[in-house]
Amino acid sequence: MGVAITGMGIISAIGHSVEENKTSLLASKSGIASLKHIQTKHSKLIKVGEISFSNAELTEQLQLSEDHNYTRTGLLGLFAAKASLKDANITDSSEYRTGFISATTVGGMDMTELYLKQFATDTEAQKYIQSHHAGDSTQKIADAIGITEFVTTISTACSSAANAIMLGARLIKAGKLDRVVVGGTDALSKFTINGFKTLMIQSDALCAPFDADRKGLNLGEAAAYLVLESDAVVQKEEKKVLAYLSSYGNANDAFHQTASSENGEGAFLAMQKALKMAKLNPEHIDYINAHGTATPNNDLSESNAYRRVFGNDVPDFSSTKAFTGHTLAAAGVVEAVYSVLALQEQTIFPNLNFKTAMPETGLKPITSIVKKELHHVLSNSFGFGGNCATLIFSKA
Amino acid sequence: MKKVFIDSAVSISAQNTFDTYGFLEEIKDISGKTVSANYPNYRDYIALAASRRMATAVKMGVTAASKALEKANLKQPDAIITGTGMGCIEDTEKFLNNIISNEEAFLTPTPFIQSTHNTVGAQIALGLNCKAYNNTYVHAALSFESALLDAQLLLQQDEGKHVLVGGVDELGKEIINYVRLMEDRDSSGIQVPFSEGASFFVVSSEAKEAAIQLVDMEVCSTASEEKLQENLKGFLLRNKIEPFQIDVLIAGRNGDAFDVYYDSASSFFENATELHYKHLSGEFYTASSFGLWAAYEILNRQEIPKPLIYKDESTSEINTILLYNQFKGRDHSFILLKR
Repeated sequence: MGVAITGMGIISAIGHSVEENKTSLLASKSGIASLKHIQTKHSKLIKVGEISFSNAELTEQLQLSEDHNYTRTGLLGLFAAKASLKDANITDSSEYRTGFISATTVGGMDMTELYLKQFATDTEAQKYIQSHHAGDSTQKIADAIGITEFVTTISTACSSAANAIMLGARLIKAGKLDRVVVGGTDALSKFTINGFKTLMIQSDALCAPFDADRKGLNLGEAAAYLVLESDAVVQKEEKKVLAYLSSYGNANDAFHQTASSENGEGAFLAMQKALKMAKLNPEHIDYINAHGTATPNNDLSESNAYRRVFGNDVPDFSSTKAFTGHTLAAAGVVEAVYSVLALQEQTIFPNLNFKTAMPETGLKPITSIVKKELHHVLSNSFGFGGNCATLIFSKA
Repeated sequence: MKKVFIDSAVSISAQNTFDTYGFLEEIKDISGKTVSANYPNYRDYIALAASRRMATAVKMGVTAASKALEKANLKQPDAIITGTGMGCIEDTEKFLNNIISNEEAFLTPTPFIQSTHNTVGAQIALGLNCKAYNNTYVHAALSFESALLDAQLLLQQDEGKHVLVGGVDELGKEIINYVRLMEDRDSSGIQVPFSEGASFFVVSSEAKEAAIQLVDMEVCSTASEEKLQENLKGFLLRNKIEPFQIDVLIAGRNGDAFDVYYDSASSFFENATELHYKHLSGEFYTASSFGLWAAYEILNRQEIPKPLIYKDESTSEINTILLYNQFKGRDHSFILLKR
């Protein structure tokens, strides 16, 4: 049956809770807008999925002392991780063998880019030297939620959180953990904004995944976590199961450091592995929450991979990145939350801003709210470095 | 559950550990704030054109990985798993400084592309055209241990038979100086230079002759000294090992105030020879992979180089080694090896 999901927490551009995210999805209300919190020359030339809370507001919400050295990545992560535990009705993390696996790409970059040139002399800024490395936000969140044993961080670019979810499930299945909080967090930063700018894959308009005239992605920021629990704990605690993570697949495209292969080899292999592990045939997949970043390269490569896996019967699919922006390391878990919501609501969320199918494949995503019987939802995340990951979620 | 063996171990470090058949024969005295690794001749492993674009960590990682595969007679691993504490900090600093000095103009994508933490794992996969499972761990002093734990899990659960796993970190040019600055402000701070390196291993579930077994490992995010002792007891008990059966303890001492954790672990093993290595490798988040490399060589060669010895209890045969590492009192790891 897979591994039980018993709690979810999320903060994204379309809401500060699971409920708010669900409301926005059902109302087709995008969170993409102009940049507010970061000073950059490019702010007028890009659209982003930014979380409305400032760092000061997050600090207050989380009841942290004002002199803390959390980066925004850490603040967002703690906000979502706490919510996931609350959702799973967990008050004491020491009851069971509990782990914490978080994903990030930027780590503490949001503070490093502000203070780098002050680190040598400014004692106020120096507290952020130690918060640069990618493990820092994870350590802080783990300490704050009382998880003391198995704690780690994964960074495989835009598939990071999917790999964090995968590792958590594997540890539960192997009997090494009873309970694990898995997900990821990435704040927007000048570093990533400029990075994607140099790659010329950032759109100045609202992103349009899978559209023939797509112009690139909108960056976003988010944090989200799932609580996974073993069957024994679910039974003993009489836990309500939100959905099951049935299977997963990880493969490498081994094609290029940033570009995806034209035939979507890595994506194809990851989906095949996941289907095989779940003992499902392609026709059993009722909905795909696609990676769909709206870059010319990704969406074509991904579409070709769908044709290879599903032939002429590609299941209903949509990318929700036009709601949240591409939240990088967090994308895999943001979309895992949306996949679980899709199963709970028996609803497919729309792929916003789509007008014309790309001529190469003719594939059309779902563009409005569709109520439908959903048993199995497949979610994809692909990243730089060829890191491809597929997760399959099934109805509880 | 399948057993896990180490088939090969390769290290690039501040010492001459790569281009040699010897085992820490000539020691390079390392001192000062930071020390670069002893870089091998990359030409033997990476095409010159490709090498020119690669940062230090990528070159060290790809080279150490190639040699680890070669030594294990393996063409294609079933998984590539990398651990790195600071990731590709050279290119990160380069891109960051370009943003600052050029005020976000005239930027080129290359340093950004190569700044992502999974660059080493990705470049290894690209070079081998390896489409298998690929993952990168970036959790400070547990980066390498997380990678090794993942490899152990894959093999135990029969999700693969041969896994390439390694730890790699490069010094970079800027942030490391700030880290050093903060460290040196504290008289009980880290007493060895910061350094860099790459150690890669092929681990497998197939026992070969004279194989070295990775019996078990365990990590712990935070623990008091008392809790650490409890954890260590539990770890030995679960593996049915009595303290006197440990021939060698390899501790990650770096001279800072948190070495008391090693003292408290060491008190368990009165008969064991205790080794240290960070005075040779320098300190960095994945320095413990150098410790594992040394442990592998010791078991293989049945020989302990003198410079490694911290407390000598001459042992005739070396069959069981325990490695313990921590950083600033957190990110504790135990690794148990058996010949």
